[in-house]
Amino acid sequence: MKELRKAIVHMTTHAGEGHIPSALSILDIVWVLYDRIMKINPKQPDDPDRDRFILSKGHGSPALYMVLARKGFFPAEELSTFTQFHSRFGGHPDCNKAPGVEASTGSLGHGFPMGVGMALGLRIRHNPRHVYVVVGDAECNEGSVWEAVLLAAHHNLANLTCIVDFNHSTDRALSLGNLEAKFAAFGWNVATVNGHDQEALFRALTRTPDGHPSAIIAETIKGFGCAPMENNPAWHHRVPTADELPGILEALS
Amino acid sequence: MRKQFVTTTEDLIAKDDRLAVLLGDISVFGFRNAFNSYPDRIYNIGICEQAMTGLAAGLAKEGFIPVLHSIAPFVVERCYEQIKIDFIYQRLQGNIVSVGSSYDYPGLGYTHHCPGDVGILKVLPGLEIVVPGTAAEYDALFREAYADGNFTYFRLSERSNDQDQEVRFGRATVIRRGAGATVIAVGPTLSKVIAAAEGMDVTILYYTTLAPFDGDTLRDNCGSGRILVVEPYYAGALAADIHTALGHVPLIIDSLGIPHQVIRNYGKRAELDQAFGLTTPGIAARLEGLVHA
Repeated sequence: MKELRKAIVHMTTHAGEGHIPSALSILDIVWVLYDRIMKINPKQPDDPDRDRFILSKGHGSPALYMVLARKGFFPAEELSTFTQFHSRFGGHPDCNKAPGVEASTGSLGHGFPMGVGMALGLRIRHNPRHVYVVVGDAECNEGSVWEAVLLAAHHNLANLTCIVDFNHSTDRALSLGNLEAKFAAFGWNVATVNGHDQEALFRALTRTPDGHPSAIIAETIKGFGCAPMENNPAWHHRVPTADELPGILEALS
Repeated sequence: MRKQFVTTTEDLIAKDDRLAVLLGDISVFGFRNAFNSYPDRIYNIGICEQAMTGLAAGLAKEGFIPVLHSIAPFVVERCYEQIKIDFIYQRLQGNIVSVGSSYDYPGLGYTHHCPGDVGILKVLPGLEIVVPGTAAEYDALFREAYADGNFTYFRLSERSNDQDQEVRFGRATVIRRGAGATVIAVGPTLSKVIAAAEGMDVTILYYTTLAPFDGDTLRDNCGSGRILVVEPYYAGALAADIHTALGHVPLIIDSLGIPHQVIRNYGKRAELDQAFGLTTPGIAARLEGLVHA
């Protein structure tokens, strides 16, 4: 994981922009999904017989790109073009450009409802594959998120899992209260885990489905694995200067 | 037109297993047969237009052709960003069929009016806009465009023209030719335009597809350089298209549509038409003025 974190810092620093702490917050989640949970086909990213992943909090794209590259969807060297004019890899992911990206996200509250539609579509076609969506806790301020929660429960979409990257970004704005209780009250299966404990994530993601959609409240730390950035809002959309870079790389755990 | 929406959809849902219908808690009773026959491809989603549109995009990603249906302000303005991002940016195929155009429900007030839909949708690149003038025209245009790979907005009105016209998606229809001016009649304004132009030496072009705009037919039928647009939404939404089509010649353009203001009155549709000059005498007066300008 340290290598992936390092690659994220290098890519964003080279580009001069990128949401590093948001990417570090979700990195363990995205890695476990692609490495141990999802059925993927990097050589044929649109293979119908694949599990679908939507990064609804699109600004975490550096983590998604690094995992996709590591899994062979495209050469990692191409990520040196991140956010450049002709690049396939923007600050928010574009499903028509970046191989393996399922949805173009960035404006919050869009990816999750799309995931509900994909899960419904898979069920109509009797396709047994699964849809995984990662939303941010601050994204849960959006009404469309709760519309999606209602819809998935009403339609009993057991082939849908929503993972909330609960890094407490929202705390300074709008309290979410007991998120586990909220999802449960809407009719979802819910588990709360440490979002940086890959074994715990794996166990939560492999629970036996029981006819309802599943939510995993992943307690995470924004900037996890890079001490100077952890829970430090100054780094939300900032990259290290040349002077800062050695110290940041040194601080990666 | 609303009944035709049900009839056309029920026919196509039987023939095309990609079609998926999402209702924003309206027209549910009308679709009772489809709910019985195709329960996996028609849903009363509820009153949540943002997620309904996103869900539709998810279905489109899985190969379905979604049809979103509600009252115009809710299925256009409430979920505008979902249209822009989820469908247009992602290049997904789908359709909106709205009812309650402009002030079709005048007694319900401004919350249920939507005179700005054409203007705001016009700015989304690649989005198709269809304004049929009769039920039969809607049927023909929907069948032609619903599966054309793009996102299409069908704007149904409670009001229809007296006669059906031969219509093709993306093409204007030449109703008649004259020398004094060219009138662009949009959708359900055509009957009034024909009556208003009685005895006048003018061309009448009938537009039911507003995007993509058929500039060729206008260019071929506008020798006078004088154009009156009669449009059943906020006036002026076609100005950029007209300039693009004819930008190389001097033009006098007049637009008679709904004035750009918040509609604060109730009443009957005819009373609002009267207030805005969207009547046969109102159109005739503007046309007289243009011909003699």
